[in-house]
Amino acid sequence: MNYGKEFMKGLIRENPVFVALLGMCPTLAVTTGAFNGIGMGLSTTFVLICSNLVICLLKKAIPQQVKLPCYIVIIATFVTLIQFLLHGFVPALYTSLGAFLELITVNCIILGRAEMFASKNGVVASVLDGAGMGLGFTLALFLMGSIREIFGSGTWFGISIPVLETHTMSLFVMPAGGFFVLGIVIAIVCKLSKKKPPKKLGCSACPNAAVCSAKCEEAE
Amino acid sequence: MSTYITIIIAAVLTNNFVLSKFYGCCPFLGVSKKLDSSMGMGMAVIFVMICASLVTYPIYYFILEPLDLTYLRTVAFILVIAVFVQLLEIVMKKVMPPLYKTLGVYLPLITTNCAVLGVTIMNIDESYNFGESIVNAFFSGFGFALAMILFSGVRSRVDESESDTPAMFRGIPATLVAAAIVSMSFLGFGGLGQ
Repeated sequence: MNYGKEFMKGLIRENPVFVALLGMCPTLAVTTGAFNGIGMGLSTTFVLICSNLVICLLKKAIPQQVKLPCYIVIIATFVTLIQFLLHGFVPALYTSLGAFLELITVNCIILGRAEMFASKNGVVASVLDGAGMGLGFTLALFLMGSIREIFGSGTWFGISIPVLETHTMSLFVMPAGGFFVLGIVIAIVCKLSKKKPPKKLGCSACPNAAVCSAKCEEAE
Repeated sequence: MSTYITIIIAAVLTNNFVLSKFYGCCPFLGVSKKLDSSMGMGMAVIFVMICASLVTYPIYYFILEPLDLTYLRTVAFILVIAVFVQLLEIVMKKVMPPLYKTLGVYLPLITTNCAVLGVTIMNIDESYNFGESIVNAFFSGFGFALAMILFSGVRSRVDESESDTPAMFRGIPATLVAAAIVSMSFLGFGGLGQ
């Protein structure tokens, strides 16, 4: 097993947001600033590494029929932990992330990696996979947050940028800007990687997929 | 009464669940291809949101708060919601087969949808009372359904004219940009109900 590869794949080649299209809700919601994006990304990375580790260690003990509730409880435990840590050490971030910090519990990247990777692979590989995917997610949120902050508020990490500061386009920090910037960034990523843009979300790992995509196909 | 009206306007128009709060983007972008599946999904989300609010409210105020365990709410809510869904599925299958047929497929959604967990957390954070929580759950779901139904119309147009779309935008990027425009139109409701 090539450990370096397990780590690197999440960063660019299988980036959870821009390539696999997972974890849309936090990507759109918290990226009004670069700092928020990094904070959310690193919190998710922490939860992802810990949950991958624990789920990987417990994979023999968790019965197949109730694996989803088991995974969710493990993930929710680490989410509670990171909530305490942020509340104690970075209260400003805790306030600005709001409910989305708790909603890391139902982030499909975490459940997806638990289901697709940690329950099938070794401990070291699972931890590296979690770290790689988490940092890829952080990178994506940082990029989104930077674009939206620079154009929307004329600042970057709170430092004001000349010219742009006096010509802000507040649309970028509004909810509509989230959809817009993500659409543009995915299009650019597809152009650069010379791939066709995806037609569907990366739902395969999502526990809701059976319901959602079944409905989709029925409609088609 | 006026608080109820404020909640309703906020949940449906000014702070729409999908278009301005981004709860439940996955089903919004995934299922909104056709009108009837959007409607089915919307109804199911309303139903599961009300159920989830019904169970989590007493748990928070009668168990977690008196015991000073409010920090456990994420774990408790998600676990209770998951167990409750299993129960509901079994009971529904036995007692109301027709209802199970229409809504049953959507029931697993209740467990891991951020819109559903989001509405229960919001009820607590905004310290709504029981009635307000249920009204908030119903109309948040309604706002979700409204956004999905509106967007499915927009989306069918976007998909129809795919040959005119630049190649790098075909598919999801075009959908996201269309969602941005729909979301922008909801900005027009800002300031309503204040």
